[in-house]
Amino acid sequence: MGYIVLRLAFFLLIVKPFLLLAVGINVRGRNRLPVAGPALIVANHNSHLDALVLMALLPLRLLPRARPAASAEYFLGNRWRAWFATRVIGIIPVAASGGRSRAEALGPVRDALTAGDIVIFFPEGTRGEPERLGQLKTGIVWLVQQAPNLPVCPIRLHGLGKVLPKGDWLPVPFFCDAWVGEPLRWEGDPSRFMAALATSLGG
Amino acid sequence: MSITLTSPVMVILGGVWGLLALATLVVWWLAPAPDSELRQRIRSWWLIVALCSLALMFSRAAALVFFGLVSFLALKEYLTLIPTRQTDRRVLFWAYLSIPVQYFWIGIEWYGMFIIFIPVYLFLLLPVAMVLSGETQGHLRAAGTLHWGLMSMVFSLSHLAYLLVLPEGEYPHVSGPGLVLFLLLLTELNDVAQYCWGKLLGRHKISPTVSPSKTVEGFVGGVATTVPLAALLAPWLTPFSVFDALLTGALIAVAGFFGDLSLSALKRDLGIKDSGNLLPGHGGILDRVDSLTYTAPLFFHFTRYFYF
Repeated sequence: MGYIVLRLAFFLLIVKPFLLLAVGINVRGRNRLPVAGPALIVANHNSHLDALVLMALLPLRLLPRARPAASAEYFLGNRWRAWFATRVIGIIPVAASGGRSRAEALGPVRDALTAGDIVIFFPEGTRGEPERLGQLKTGIVWLVQQAPNLPVCPIRLHGLGKVLPKGDWLPVPFFCDAWVGEPLRWEGDPSRFMAALATSLGG
Repeated sequence: MSITLTSPVMVILGGVWGLLALATLVVWWLAPAPDSELRQRIRSWWLIVALCSLALMFSRAAALVFFGLVSFLALKEYLTLIPTRQTDRRVLFWAYLSIPVQYFWIGIEWYGMFIIFIPVYLFLLLPVAMVLSGETQGHLRAAGTLHWGLMSMVFSLSHLAYLLVLPEGEYPHVSGPGLVLFLLLLTELNDVAQYCWGKLLGRHKISPTVSPSKTVEGFVGGVATTVPLAALLAPWLTPFSVFDALLTGALIAVAGFFGDLSLSALKRDLGIKDSGNLLPGHGGILDRVDSLTYTAPLFFHFTRYFYF
């Protein structure tokens, strides 16, 4: 419970003022954002800011439920980063599948959805080149198959890869956009689902 | 360090609020759809007028912070629109940092530094910072576009704020906020007047390749509205003689027109319609401050040369 207070304070005092002043996010389709858990938010990924922006889009009351799925190798890499990522941000650490089964790699994400969390998921798996959608990994298909009635909310982000790109630590102000798309439904056809997903993320 | 607001400023500000209330009624009657562009535009005007009134009434420091913020948003919008090189990230960061520095020179009333900091020092230093990254591909374009942005959004706009610190006392009824209000009001009303006259009578396109909505009739109507308005307002807010008041009215009308046109050319070059969507109904902040980037420095130097 204590960490929730820390998370709220972090977003209210640091993330939101920073996003408002230094970045400036223009949101379109805000009314399509999930209003309760469980829900799955999927987005393209270019910057460490992406997860923070997506969490900040949600109303404060949903913040305790919002959990970005993130690389275990990187975010659990050292003690302080691990403490900050798992406690303050509340990430779901996902280990690279590396030959293991889907259930093993993405199991924690499914469990979070089962528990009613709003999971933020980047189907590219990693941060790519700014404004170029990378190859989408198919783990997302396994995930939606576990909960076929779950609303999947696609959000296309633009500009954050300029504000804070991969491999840099200094944010530089630019205006950014977030387009919240029509919810995606699982209809049983993996290739159609992946095509619809790629379209809504700007591929 | 609070600024004393002479009562004429309060009277004119009250008049602006009254005018806006009247315009709101007219727009409600003209455009019944709740989310029409005209209604959005009026709503944004309320925000602009409220923020400007607060900034001018509170204190000199508050006004400087407010105008610094306007410069920051304008520069951010400009740098978002134009293509930039990833190797210049550090340089763009320094460019942003120049905003508080430029407004600091105004705060300490160091005119000499205010007037050369961007045109001389940043003009020389930022390209050096770009060269040090080792990237030569697109150097001229990167250095040129960044400097153009800094000159327009920071240097030019900051002239508006320097009006706040012109020496007081020479003219008993004239204050910095009064001069700012005079310039802001005439620049924006000229924009509105050009728009309205153009809508009403516009026939002959003045610059079809740059901005098809600008007409000779709109331009002339703008000048014919702004010049008498300047003569009307000048005795309240400025030390100008009647002749000089008419002259500044014409200066603001013509300069504002070309400021607007200059941003239109930039948008056309980039293939966009609005510069952003910070101000619903207007577009971005650049769509609102474009005329000011021309009127502010010209009005400032006219005023300073002849009166301070």
